[in-house]
Amino acid sequence: MSAVIEELHHDGHHHGPDKGIMRWVFTTNHKDIGTLYLWFSFLMFLTGGVLALGIRAELFQPGLQIVQPELFNQLTTMHGLIMVFGAVMPAFVGLANWLIPMMIGAPDMALPRMNNYSFWILPFAFGMLLSTFFMDGGAPNYGWTFYAPLSTDYAPPSVTFFIFAVHMMGISSIMGSINVVVTILNMRAPGMTLMKMPLFVWTWFITAYLLIAVMPVLAGVVTMMLMDIHFGTAFFNAGGGGDPVLFQHVFWFFGHPEVYIMILPAFGVVSAIIPTFARKRLFGYDSMVYATASIAFLSFIVWAHHMFTVGIPLAGELYFMYATMLIAVPTGVKVFNWVATMWQGAMTFETPMLFAIAFVILFTIGGLSGLMLAIVPADFQYHDTYFVVAHFHYVLVPGSIFSIMAAVYYWIPKWTGNMYDETLGKTHFWLSFIGVNVTFFPQHFIGLAGMPRRIPDYALQFADWNMVSSCGAFLFGFSQLLFLFIVIKCIRGGKKATDQVWEGAHGLEWTIPSPAPYHTFTTPPTSMKEAHG
Amino acid sequence: MSGKTAASKTIRQLIFVVVGMFGFGFAMVPLYDVLCDVTGFNGKTAGKYTATEVQDVREDRLVTIQFLASNNANMPWEFRPKVRTMKVHPGKLNTAEFYARNVTGETMVAQAVPSVTPFHAAEFLHKTECFCFEQQQLEAREDLDMPLRFIIDSQIPEDVKTLTLSYTLYDVTEQIGLATN
Repeated sequence: MSAVIEELHHDGHHHGPDKGIMRWVFTTNHKDIGTLYLWFSFLMFLTGGVLALGIRAELFQPGLQIVQPELFNQLTTMHGLIMVFGAVMPAFVGLANWLIPMMIGAPDMALPRMNNYSFWILPFAFGMLLSTFFMDGGAPNYGWTFYAPLSTDYAPPSVTFFIFAVHMMGISSIMGSINVVVTILNMRAPGMTLMKMPLFVWTWFITAYLLIAVMPVLAGVVTMMLMDIHFGTAFFNAGGGGDPVLFQHVFWFFGHPEVYIMILPAFGVVSAIIPTFARKRLFGYDSMVYATASIAFLSFIVWAHHMFTVGIPLAGELYFMYATMLIAVPTGVKVFNWVATMWQGAMTFETPMLFAIAFVILFTIGGLSGLMLAIVPADFQYHDTYFVVAHFHYVLVPGSIFSIMAAVYYWIPKWTGNMYDETLGKTHFWLSFIGVNVTFFPQHFIGLAGMPRRIPDYALQFADWNMVSSCGAFLFGFSQLLFLFIVIKCIRGGKKATDQVWEGAHGLEWTIPSPAPYHTFTTPPTSMKEAHG
Repeated sequence: MSGKTAASKTIRQLIFVVVGMFGFGFAMVPLYDVLCDVTGFNGKTAGKYTATEVQDVREDRLVTIQFLASNNANMPWEFRPKVRTMKVHPGKLNTAEFYARNVTGETMVAQAVPSVTPFHAAEFLHKTECFCFEQQQLEAREDLDMPLRFIIDSQIPEDVKTLTLSYTLYDVTEQIGLATN
C-alpha cells in the first residue's frame, strides 16, 4: 500500500491537504491523523475530567450532597474507562503518528488507509460508550476493571454496549499497533539501524508489541462476559462450574501490560526532552532500550499482584511479590539515567523541561508507593483503599499525562511553525503541578487511614483531607482550559520557530522546516548523524 | 517491490499473534481449571473420590470439620447443614447431611459449589458421595435431605486441626431451561 502511494507522489505532483471537512474524514496523512488523535484525546480528557470533578464535588464533604450512589458508581467507572482508553492511549497514538515517520525518515506510516480506519473507529466507540448514560439502568457502574459477576449478573442492561465499545477500541488499538510495528520494521531510512532509533520510537515499538499481545486477551474476556450474559455460558458463574476469580486472572493478564502501555511511550518522550534541555547526550542509550524491553517482559508475569487478597496460595503470593519488586530494577535504571543526563548539564527550564522534570520526580513517588503495594502483608491493609487511588494517579497523571503535555509543548513549534507563549506555558505548568499534588498527595494519608475507594460517602475523620483533595482537583481541572487556550493561540500565531526549534535538539524531525510540510522525507534522508541525541 | 512483500510478511505475522492471543485468552479457562484441580488453589475440592486402597485410620488424631451453607444472591431456598461441626478421625469414612427446601411456589434447580479452607487442606478432603456432584431439582415447597460422605486423608498435614467445608447454593433454573430448550 505504501509503495503505491509513494509511486503516485513520485509520478504526480506534491499536493497539500484537501480543503474542507472531507480532508479530515478521508485523510491518510500521518500528520493529519496524528492531529485528529490528539484533539480527540483532549476532548476525552476534558470529558473524563468533568466526570472526575463530579466525583470530587461529591467527596468535598461527607454525606450525600450532589450525586446519589448509583450515579457515583457510573462516574468512577466511566472516568476510568474514558481516561485510560479515550485520553491517554489515543494521545500516545497521536504522538506516534506525528513523530515516528519524521523520526525514522519515512514519508508516512506503512498502512495509511488502515491508519484512517483506526482513528475513525474511536469516535463511534466512545459515542456508544457515552450514550449508555442515557439508557435504562444507566452507564456501566462496575468499576473500570469490570469484575464479574458485578459486570455480568448484576450489570445494568447497557453492559452490552460497553462490551461492543471495548471491542471497537481494541480493534482500533490493534490496527494502530500493527501499523507502528510495520512502519518501524520496514520504513526506516537507510542507515537508521534499530539501535540508532530515537528512544520514543523504541518505546513505541515495544508498546505496540504489548498492545498486539494483550488487546486480544481483553477482547477475549469481554467476549466471555457477552456469552455469560446472553448465551447461557458460565465462564464466571460458579453455579454453572465457572469461577469469578478466573475473570480477574484473565483481566489482569491484559491489565498489567496495559498500565505499561500507558507509561512506556512517556519514558520515550522524557528521554527526548531531558537531553535537549540539559544539552547533553542521554547518559546511557543502550541501557534505556534494554530497561524498556525488560519492563515489557516483566509486565506479563506479575498480574496477580492486583489480586493478593482473593486467596492465592502463599507460594503464589511470594512469587508475585518478588517478581513485582524486580520491576523496580529496570525502572531505577531509567530514573538514574535521566538524573545522570541532567548532571552537570547546561540546563534551561522551558515548559517541556519543567513537565519532564516533574515527571521524573512525581513518577518516582508513584513508583515507590507501587513498591509498598507490592509487599503482600502490607497490601492486605492498602488493598482497595485511597492509597491505591493515590498510587495509580501519581503514575498516570503526573506520569503519563505530564509527559503528553511535555511532548505537546516540545513538538508543537514543529507542528505549527510557531512558538507557544512561554509565560503562559510556565503558568500552566505550575498550576498543574500544584493542582496534581494537592489533589493526590492527601489521598495517600486518607488511604493509609483506611478510606475505601469507590464510595460516595465516608467517615468523618477523612473529611479534611478530602476537602483539600477536591480543591486541588478543581485547580488542576480548570488549569487545563489554559492549556487549550495556549495550544489554540500557538496554532493561530506567535513567534516563528526555527527548523531546529530548541538549541539542544537532535534528531531527524528537527532537520525539516517548521512547520513540518504536509509531506516529508518523500526521499529518504542520507545523514544519520542526527538520529538521536 | 521487496519493501511491500516484507511489510506483508510482518503484517501476516502480527495478525497471527493477534489471533493466537485471542485464543490464549480462552485457553486460560481450561488451564486455570487444571491448575486449580491439581493444586487445590481457591479451596476447590476434587470430584468423586474412588479409593485406590484402604487408608489406615488415624485413631490418634481428631480433626474438626465445620460445615457452612450459604445462598448466592437471589437464591430463596432454605439451605443448612444438619450438623454444624464434626470431630473425625483421618482415614475414616464419615456421613453428614445437608437440608434444602424450595420455599417458592415453582420448580427450581440448584447447584451447590464447595470450597475448603485452609486451601492447602482441600486436596486432603475426599468426597465419595456429594450432593454437589449433581444439580438438585425440587418441586414447589418440596424439601430434601442431601447426603455427603467423605474421608479426610490420613496424610493431612499435622498443622491442620480444623477445616471448613462451605457450600454456596446457586439458582441454575434459567441455565437449565436454556440448555433443554
